[in-house]
Amino acid sequence: MSEKKQATETKLRREIKMGDLDPEFKREISKVPGIENIKLCFQCGTCTADCPIARFSEIYSPRKIMRMTQLGMKDRLLSSESLWLCAACFTCVDHCPQGVDIASVVTALRNMAVKEGIIPDVFRELTDNIMKTGYAYRIPELRLKKRVEKGLPPLPEANLEDVCKLFDVIAVSKASKMEKK
Amino acid sequence: MAGLKYLLFLGCVIPYRIVSYETSSRKVLKKLGVELVEMPEFNCCGLPIDGVDHDAMLLLAARNLCLAEQQNLNILTLCPGCAGALRKVNRSLQEDKKLKARVNGFLKEIGMEFKGGKIAVRHLIQALVEDVSLEKIKDAVVKPLAGLKVTEHNGCHVLRPAKYIGFDDPENPVLLKRLIEATGAECLDYMYETDCCGAPIIGVNDKIPLYLAGDKLRNVKAVNAQALITVCPFCHMMFDINQPRIEKLLSEKFGIPVLHYPQLLGLAMGFTPKEMALDELRVDATKLLNTT
Repeated sequence: MSEKKQATETKLRREIKMGDLDPEFKREISKVPGIENIKLCFQCGTCTADCPIARFSEIYSPRKIMRMTQLGMKDRLLSSESLWLCAACFTCVDHCPQGVDIASVVTALRNMAVKEGIIPDVFRELTDNIMKTGYAYRIPELRLKKRVEKGLPPLPEANLEDVCKLFDVIAVSKASKMEKK
Repeated sequence: MAGLKYLLFLGCVIPYRIVSYETSSRKVLKKLGVELVEMPEFNCCGLPIDGVDHDAMLLLAARNLCLAEQQNLNILTLCPGCAGALRKVNRSLQEDKKLKARVNGFLKEIGMEFKGGKIAVRHLIQALVEDVSLEKIKDAVVKPLAGLKVTEHNGCHVLRPAKYIGFDDPENPVLLKRLIEATGAECLDYMYETDCCGAPIIGVNDKIPLYLAGDKLRNVKAVNAQALITVCPFCHMMFDINQPRIEKLLSEKFGIPVLHYPQLLGLAMGFTPKEMALDELRVDATKLLNTT
């Protein structure tokens, strides 16, 4: 992208149009258990000031995510790369003077993005691995052989039938919830 | 101390890449008289896919808690991620009756029920401090590592969020330091000591975690520490396996050996470096051994 084009796009993204805001969004998200108090955020910025990721990222700011959530900038939030930059260290959660569980807000936003079909490849892989092996990572054969050589006990087997049933059952319940609306 | 016995929850990252942590932990715990029972079956704790579907995380964690309830044993994890997730869910389900009823509704499909209040979840260092005790650890040290200067990196989920974990002080953690001092080594302070290593987002953005971990390694080097001690497989991967990548990116040389705490303790308890799987570390720790 040319520099000029990039500058125009940045300007466009900075503009907030009232029509793009969803006033119901903050109410929708505050139904998630544990983050009912999202409206209490008064933008002090402690979360961003203390965030180790924000120290090294030009785009990641938990304070901004909180404000965008309150304003109902749903589309921009859910499509934003920065949503996936939280490392879940929970420093902001422990430091928030208003007691807002910021990390859980980010989790709830990510869950919403996934429902809209936005999911980074790595998360797709992790989910797939758990469904197919029970483990989040594909353990190479070589490692399993090495375990035997080193006298380590074999890895516990996954009960894939149970795991898949649980995954199915939440998908079913979610579909039924959607139908109710 | 009546024989301590736990159900060992190994997690996914350790068997995937960080077997040296498991090897050293098993040997050290055995010598301290702690019995480990293998999980009868296993599934991921759920934490890695919390961002995909929070309900899926709850159910994966709850299923593991049910398995522990059936065995009537407390869970011991080496990975702070697993410990944090299982602890948080164990606590939430006990405190929130509505959530418990909902989760049990799902678990019924696989013939399980979370009862609650029966079992606890412990991370390795919490078990060492609260169950084994610092005194017993000091007694087990036969070859004190006097003269060795190291630093520690706790791993966020050992300490945070404080309201769910309730172990040590996340703002000024001291218990891992006490554990290190029990081996005879000295534990130094350094800048940004309690900051995250960045590993959880490496699959999404590979630059930020490398800069973050590099900054920590620079601060560790600045206080002339001979090693960095971790208690998390993810943090270890970041500082040890990725150290050459970080050095290349920042055009800086660190050469800081990164040891799992049980490796350090094991050396002080008289195990050989080979027995503690020190040869499996990416950053050479031989120099460090010569100073003790």
